Amino acid sequence: MESILNWHAVIPELVLACLGMAALMLGVFMRRGATLAVSMAALASLLLTAVLVLSMDAPVIAFDGLFVLDEFAVFTKVLVLLAAALGLVLSLDWNEKERIDRFEYPVLVLLATVGMMMMVSANDLMSLYVGLELSSLSLYVLAAIHRDDLRATEAGLKYFVLGALASGMLLYGSSLVYGFSGSTRFAGIATAIEAGPPSLGLITGLCFVAAGLAFKVSAVPFHMWTPDVYEGAPTPVTAFFSIAPKLAAVGLFLRVMTGPFGDVAGQWTQIIVLISIASMLLGAFAAIGQSNIKRLMAYSSIGHVGYALIGLAAGTEEGIRGVLVYMAIYIVMNAGTFGCIVAMRRKGQACERIEDLAGLGATAPGLAVAFSVFMFSMAGIPPLAGFFGKFYVFMAAVQAGLWPLAVIGVLSSVVSAFYYLRIVKVMYFDAAQPEFDPRPASVGVVVAGSMIFTALFALAPAPLVAAAGTAARSLIGG
Amino acid sequence: MIATLAFYLFAAILLASATMVVVARNPVHAVLFLILGFFNAAALFLLAGAEFLALILVIVYVGAVAVLFLFVVMMLDVNFAELREGFVRYLPIGGIIGGILLVELLLVGAAWTVSPQAPLLIAEPVPGAVTNTQAIGRVLYTDYVYLFQAAGVVLLVAMIGAIVLTLRERPGVRRQNVGAQLARARDETLAVMKVAPGAGLTVVPKPEPKREPEPADHGGHGHGNHHGGGH
Repeated sequence: MESILNWHAVIPELVLACLGMAALMLGVFMRRGATLAVSMAALASLLLTAVLVLSMDAPVIAFDGLFVLDEFAVFTKVLVLLAAALGLVLSLDWNEKERIDRFEYPVLVLLATVGMMMMVSANDLMSLYVGLELSSLSLYVLAAIHRDDLRATEAGLKYFVLGALASGMLLYGSSLVYGFSGSTRFAGIATAIEAGPPSLGLITGLCFVAAGLAFKVSAVPFHMWTPDVYEGAPTPVTAFFSIAPKLAAVGLFLRVMTGPFGDVAGQWTQIIVLISIASMLLGAFAAIGQSNIKRLMAYSSIGHVGYALIGLAAGTEEGIRGVLVYMAIYIVMNAGTFGCIVAMRRKGQACERIEDLAGLGATAPGLAVAFSVFMFSMAGIPPLAGFFGKFYVFMAAVQAGLWPLAVIGVLSSVVSAFYYLRIVKVMYFDAAQPEFDPRPASVGVVVAGSMIFTALFALAPAPLVAAAGTAARSLIGG
Repeated sequence: MIATLAFYLFAAILLASATMVVVARNPVHAVLFLILGFFNAAALFLLAGAEFLALILVIVYVGAVAVLFLFVVMMLDVNFAELREGFVRYLPIGGIIGGILLVELLLVGAAWTVSPQAPLLIAEPVPGAVTNTQAIGRVLYTDYVYLFQAAGVVLLVAMIGAIVLTLRERPGVRRQNVGAQLARARDETLAVMKVAPGAGLTVVPKPEPKREPEPADHGGHGHGNHHGGGH
């Protein structure tokens, strides 16, 4: 294999990493009032990087096969950058009010985003791992960033310990895959698999890799950390967790399963089907009894990962397209939902219980309408965006002959509609609680923007679906 | 012959000290056994012709990591007896998981095949006339420069994380201000006096008003310029 560097393919990552370090320097030397400046610089960096990503010529394979930039990577990276920016905007006001407005926060968000971009461009088991660790390590710190809060530190520690365990499983699986295929490059693994019937060692390695990745997307047998971490971490951090890293991990999952292991689809499809069903059911039933809105959203996100994985289980181009559309819609409506949760603040105190929302329809009609739109969309009620996400995934499953999966998906979304609609009922029909504090403009912008997207997606679904289709083709066809 | 004997000697000591790390009751002993293990692993590297890795192992792991471990073990005073309390309770489930993993590993091992190129690689561990420091450098900074740089960013994140989560600015801490301390003139701090023979220092009160503001001023240097100091 001749050595081709093609280093220009990593320009967006390089620029974002350098800007992250520049933002760190800015924060260190400005001292007072640095947080706002660094946050704005971080947002500008994310925007600049998104422009750079879009201007790249795909497909390119760089660093002798360590890194790949294809349409799939471009699509996913743009979404990751969008998700990171949304998460960052939600944190601006919150961190100030909770007195955790440290300039390291946006810097860590930027560096985590670099890691996520490396994840979705990984073309080798080593670059996969390094990217994953870069993002995970930043996320552990972000979870515990409210270090004087017992729950936040507990969340950070729990996330760290279980995340380290998952990384261990992933590494163990990677070492087995390497040992039995003789290569860490995805292309090399695929060649080794094509050469003959897969060995038992390779399949064992595949299972461990899948388990490690399932942890990162919080799919069911590996979801235990999710409710505690989502509840304990500061709300904007939870919002960030539930969109950006989840999207990157799903992208990585798609790439690993369809790329190097594409020829042993029979081996991993059953794993994916199992964790998908389990995630959907747990997401639907465990959320019913929750009284804390962040915990409820944690179970909801587990359920949503289950729906997204249906598309992967189908393993077809339509399936991958479905997952990408699903995740794109999911991050926007989830960012909007968390925007509403960030706005739940009464006399300077953040509220997290569902009862705190009572009577919101009377006290803050705008917020209540937005929240209802997101809840209806999450439940998958037709004219809203969430319905289309589910529609594409279920259609792909039906076309691939996975009828039971689609049926279970529809049934569990009926069950989950119960708790989504309960929130709407609490907002409009329960006795009113005192008003919330006035909403900061940054949160209002995120909520309004997400609501417009969610409500009006039905009018013009074509661009997103077409882009996702191109991305899926580059993954499956290539 | 001697190399083979040396290999078995070092390997045996390595395994024995690794076992002792796990079973030693005294954590300080465990760390010392760990250091012994590192030295023997370094010797094995030397036997394999990888002198760079051998010395790196000694310098980094023994010189830095193990010493750090020792510090932590001595400073934190971890009660290992307490840590082992749940051992018997969790033994069954741990044993089952360990057993499953062992069976899997055995099955995997049964399917192991050795690449036909492996004996060739063993025959010539050092490619050409390149020393192995050079060889590692070439691979690290050309083929794997992407991963090398990314690993650097991971370490940066670890550093930021450690500072964010642990650094606290306590009020009332006196810090050194080298510039201010060096810039002081002699007159501000010293008073030269004539001492009459046999009289001792009875005339101390005279320079007092001059020296009075000095300590306060000095303290001010220590305090004033360090808001946000540690960042």
